[in-house]
Amino acid sequence: MTIKPVLLWSDALILLLLATVAVLVWLARKNDTFRAPWRQIMRSRMGAVTALILSVYVGIGLLDSLHYVERLPGEPGQAAQYSGEVLSALDALLTPLRVKVEKTYSAPLATHLYAKETITGPDGVEYRDFPPLKYPGTHLFGTDKVGQDVLYLSLKSIRTGLLIGSLTTLIMLPFALTLGIAAGYFGGRIDDAIQYLYTTLNSIPGVLLIAAAVLVVQVQIETHADLFETAAARSDVRLLALCAILGVTGWTGLARLLRAEALKLRELEFVQAARAFGVTDARILLRHLLPNVMHLVLITVVIDFSGLVLAEAVLSYVGVGVDPGMISFGNMINGARLELAREPVVWWQLAAAFVFMFVLVLAANLFADQVRDALDPKSRGRA
Amino acid sequence: MLNYLLRRVLYAIPILLGVNLLTFALFFMVNTPDDMARIHLGAKHVTADAITRWKSEHGYDKPLFFNAEATGVEKATDTLFVEKSLKLFVLDFGAADDGRDIAREIGQRMWPSLAIALPTFIVGLLAYLSFALLLVFFRGTALDTGGVILCVALMSISGLFYVIGGQYLMGKLWHWFPISGYQPGLDAWKFMVMPVLVSLIGGIGDSSRFYRALFIEEIGKDYVRTARAKGLSDLRVLFKHVLGNAMIPILTGVVVVIPRLFMGSLIIESFFGIPGLGSYTIDAIQAQDFAIVRSMVFLGSLLYIIGLVLTDISYTWADPRVRLE
Amino acid sequence: MSKLVVANLRVEIQAGARLLKPVDGVSFEIGTNECVALLGESGCGKSLTALALMRLLPDGGRVAAGSVHLADENLFAFTEAQMGEVRGGRLAMIFQEPQSSLNPVMTVAEQIDEALAAHRGLSGLAAAEEAVRLLEAVGLGREKLDAYPFQLSGGQRQRALIAMMLAGDPEVLIADEPTTALDVTVQAKILKLLKELRQQRGMGLLLITHDLDVVSDMADRVAVMYAGQIVEWASRAALYSTPLHPYTQKLFAVLPRLDRRGERLDSLPGRVPGPDSVFIGCRFADRCPAVFERCRVETPAFHEATAGHWSRCHLAEADQTLSSTVRNAHRITQIGADGAPYAVSLSPVLEVRDLAVHFPIRKGLLKRTVGHVKAVDGVSFQVAAGETLALVGESGCGKTTLARAILRLIEPTAGQVSLLGEPLANLRGEALRRKRAEMQIVFQDPFSSLNPRMKVGEILAEGMAALSLLPVSARPARILDLLNQVGLPEDAVGRYPHEFSGGQRQRIAIARALAVEPKLLILDEPTSALDVSVQAQILNLLADLQKKHGLAYLFITHNLSVVSYLAHRVAVMRGGKIVESGMAETLLTRPQTPYTQLLLDSAPGKKALLPVE
Repeated sequence: MTIKPVLLWSDALILLLLATVAVLVWLARKNDTFRAPWRQIMRSRMGAVTALILSVYVGIGLLDSLHYVERLPGEPGQAAQYSGEVLSALDALLTPLRVKVEKTYSAPLATHLYAKETITGPDGVEYRDFPPLKYPGTHLFGTDKVGQDVLYLSLKSIRTGLLIGSLTTLIMLPFALTLGIAAGYFGGRIDDAIQYLYTTLNSIPGVLLIAAAVLVVQVQIETHADLFETAAARSDVRLLALCAILGVTGWTGLARLLRAEALKLRELEFVQAARAFGVTDARILLRHLLPNVMHLVLITVVIDFSGLVLAEAVLSYVGVGVDPGMISFGNMINGARLELAREPVVWWQLAAAFVFMFVLVLAANLFADQVRDALDPKSRGRA
Repeated sequence: MLNYLLRRVLYAIPILLGVNLLTFALFFMVNTPDDMARIHLGAKHVTADAITRWKSEHGYDKPLFFNAEATGVEKATDTLFVEKSLKLFVLDFGAADDGRDIAREIGQRMWPSLAIALPTFIVGLLAYLSFALLLVFFRGTALDTGGVILCVALMSISGLFYVIGGQYLMGKLWHWFPISGYQPGLDAWKFMVMPVLVSLIGGIGDSSRFYRALFIEEIGKDYVRTARAKGLSDLRVLFKHVLGNAMIPILTGVVVVIPRLFMGSLIIESFFGIPGLGSYTIDAIQAQDFAIVRSMVFLGSLLYIIGLVLTDISYTWADPRVRLE
Repeated sequence: MSKLVVANLRVEIQAGARLLKPVDGVSFEIGTNECVALLGESGCGKSLTALALMRLLPDGGRVAAGSVHLADENLFAFTEAQMGEVRGGRLAMIFQEPQSSLNPVMTVAEQIDEALAAHRGLSGLAAAEEAVRLLEAVGLGREKLDAYPFQLSGGQRQRALIAMMLAGDPEVLIADEPTTALDVTVQAKILKLLKELRQQRGMGLLLITHDLDVVSDMADRVAVMYAGQIVEWASRAALYSTPLHPYTQKLFAVLPRLDRRGERLDSLPGRVPGPDSVFIGCRFADRCPAVFERCRVETPAFHEATAGHWSRCHLAEADQTLSSTVRNAHRITQIGADGAPYAVSLSPVLEVRDLAVHFPIRKGLLKRTVGHVKAVDGVSFQVAAGETLALVGESGCGKTTLARAILRLIEPTAGQVSLLGEPLANLRGEALRRKRAEMQIVFQDPFSSLNPRMKVGEILAEGMAALSLLPVSARPARILDLLNQVGLPEDAVGRYPHEFSGGQRQRIAIARALAVEPKLLILDEPTSALDVSVQAQILNLLADLQKKHGLAYLFITHNLSVVSYLAHRVAVMRGGKIVESGMAETLLTRPQTPYTQLLLDSAPGKKALLPVE
């Protein structure tokens, strides 16, 4: 079967992010002040275990970011026709899970469907019973309302969560870095203006600001529906828009931190010494301030990451998260919570989302603690 | 003090103006009233006539900033910006898409919101501080380590699970409280207990860990060593000295949210069916009622700025070094 | 009879995987109404010793062995509750930083009342009366009762702290560097107060300090600490007349003094070994001028050389003459250094005329300027090539603001600064940048003056690059030359500042300033953060560089003994103005104004300032 690779916008950004990180690591590979804290993290048991868990998640997310469409079987000589369904390398690996679709709910590892149906027996007599599954005993976490494997859905949700965490950070960083450091270093009018900007943004209740922006984006997407070839492309743009909104509204916290740090640093004697040489402001910012706040940036980024994964679920619940058609933890929880009212309870969808999310966020939180301890020795033992 | 308050009020105006311009740009310029009408009419009913009618019914049939057709001052005032945005400054919120008066709705719905948010805030603050003090008192022991691990685990669970789990256990399985709903008057407590409890448990990990970190930082300071060198007991050092000084960073985070308690919590109110401002907002978002969303954004900003002023005033009480002028 | 007896005290600190032993077998005693000084450089373990006595060791620290007896009761056998009664009651302690040692959100009265309630059971009116009595005992008026710490000056805070610690009427008071953070005039008053209180109350006083002059004013007996151990223990008189341990001898020899002008200061190579070192033989062997084979293999015992005079040195064991030959031997190295009077060239490198820096005070709704803080208020002086002008003053006198205004790091309000005859005021942009190459600055704090994220090579190249002085290809050679001049190894180029000690970092800072070949160096307290042995190395280096390059030095300091050792001329600054200036010898021996006289009188151990007859 022939395939054609598809590069969604988010895939491109992930590759860009990956390349940037790789280049930075390569540049800093011999720098001992850079390496020492990471060596310390990896030597601690907690650091190594959480890093391993996170890299498994990241691996799944990356596999799920290699997208393609399959060529539809057609007459030879005819122009190639491609399926409208965008698949990923992860889908290909998980084909057994993906295609084993049941009719509706079934409990984990069950052999029969969740609900009774009228079945016509071999003898032609109709009776009501639990019909047997097409693939009994293969659904580790059961199946959902339309019979999709819940384990498959959980694994697919990982990419969404990671994307929100990392792309939001990517978008937020330039704002936080330039505005925060500039406010602290230059002071005066520039500081006033930047403080005004972030007080204004901060004053708007977070969810409302995000909701307002997402609503606007949603209207734009709906009125320009013709721009998107596939459903995947549409939900991808909506996801990016969400990240952009979270990023543009979320830089204030880090900027404030950086402003305070820059205020301290600019009075330090090595900055004064540079000024006594007549070193330009741009160079002082780049050589003296930026490297000395990078540890704060890194710490904030890893701490914020888990918060963003959690935020996705809440925003999707409110209706301003990712596209309702996209597989994500938020949409999984949202789709499943009403089913708790059923008898017997349909719990497995929630359980799967809970386990996969909890492990990811817990690992991220514990890893963040290790990073903070390694990069900011003052904080050791504090939390 | 009066001088300070006056300056803060003056400073609040450009911020609120900025908020208004931002929301106005989002709702009227990126999105046009035409887009809004199209969404509300639904794809089937979109005709040029229907759009014009919808716009005039809802007062969106005016130019954005400058009305060339009007006369005199009205050229500048009979515009969408003045009608829809600047009027918020005098708390004139206008009507929702369903025609109801937003200001009246807010007046009614803030009480249920407050009934949930206020007890959550007060009990939560006391509980989190006590738990953090307990951990700090036993710092370095297994109790402390266990407590911190518990906090990290609790804060790694999505808030949605606390709500869902609480409703399932306390409502469905154990039948302690009604799963959702609200009724004013004496019976209100039945509906209040579960949302309050769920919010409390949901917040314990994050807050306690934060407060513990603040306390640990204070404990490392020189004046604590002095207090211990005076022969004071650990408990007195903790409550009198450490807590007293940690109040300053604690107040920074706590006081600013007090005015916003009126606005309730989106998630809690929507899950538990509390007819407060939180569920009002979330319904408006889901119905894409921009008039309500705009009003709530403005109200939220206003309350935030009041919160900032209250924070500054609270510093004068906690920190003798702060004098407002 | 001894009040406090410390025997074989060992403190261990668990720092991650490493076990540190910062205090390793310390014994001493304090008698009634006696002042014992615990003398040592930073990192020798003296503060931890004091905290161990109070059982207030930081987290991770513990007493591994030893005992502390207070009037025959073993403090280490007490329960925590019993110890609470001892702390601040029978055994009290005051600390170095008056800035941070008081609770900022409680009034002085509240903080004294706590101690009175805990140890004397006083409350209400009785406590209030007693608090007033205590305040008056430390020289503060009753109006300070309701003051918060931020409303007090540094000296007043230290007095308030002493009042709190006297509340329990202690038998022994521990004072951990009580005056190090204070100005010299305030230091003199606090030391006098401590002396009087000790006599009035019959208290024992354990004075922890690094300052030999303070010790000579205060102590009855002295314990000299090095690398976690006491290396010499003697009466003050014996120690100052015949120091036995080579380390103590070195401490005396490195002190800058008026009578050593023109001489090279003796110096102590190397650095204090860290608390994680493993020792074979004598701990001082690596730095000892009198070291011999036995020192490397055998740990010296604590010998009583003469009655009551102990030394942890093989030389103290039998042969007294050997020890004094060693002492004379390194006395000799000082003689023969260049003592020639300097020659001042006539044209000044730096000329400052009527310089003023005023900061506006803004108040009210519109932030109107209601007044000015006159940090520098009409200062004039000049410095010639090859000359050192010392600018002396206490904190807040405007000396650091003056330095920054000269360098144009802040804009002066009025007056003129000329460098090599050219006024700086009208220079802008490129012309100003060029001029910057001619004046450079070395700061006080060797830790914050170097960017921790830049390699030493990059730090040294920064000025050359900013002022594009040398072609890029010539810079590496120049950097090596600079490292050579300041006595650092060439491999320092690729290393980061944190790999160097305080003294080495100060050398890097000096090399950075020299990189652009300045004519004028502003030295802003360049040795204040350093130990005395390191201070001597840096002062020697500065003297060499001045001679070699004909540099003009504007030396800003509060330390009169450094001034008396190296300054050619002195200007005394107070309240933004220069109150007196003149040739160093004249000004320091025959001051003309009462303020200069007060400064000189306040300096501890002021015998050192006068030439030896």
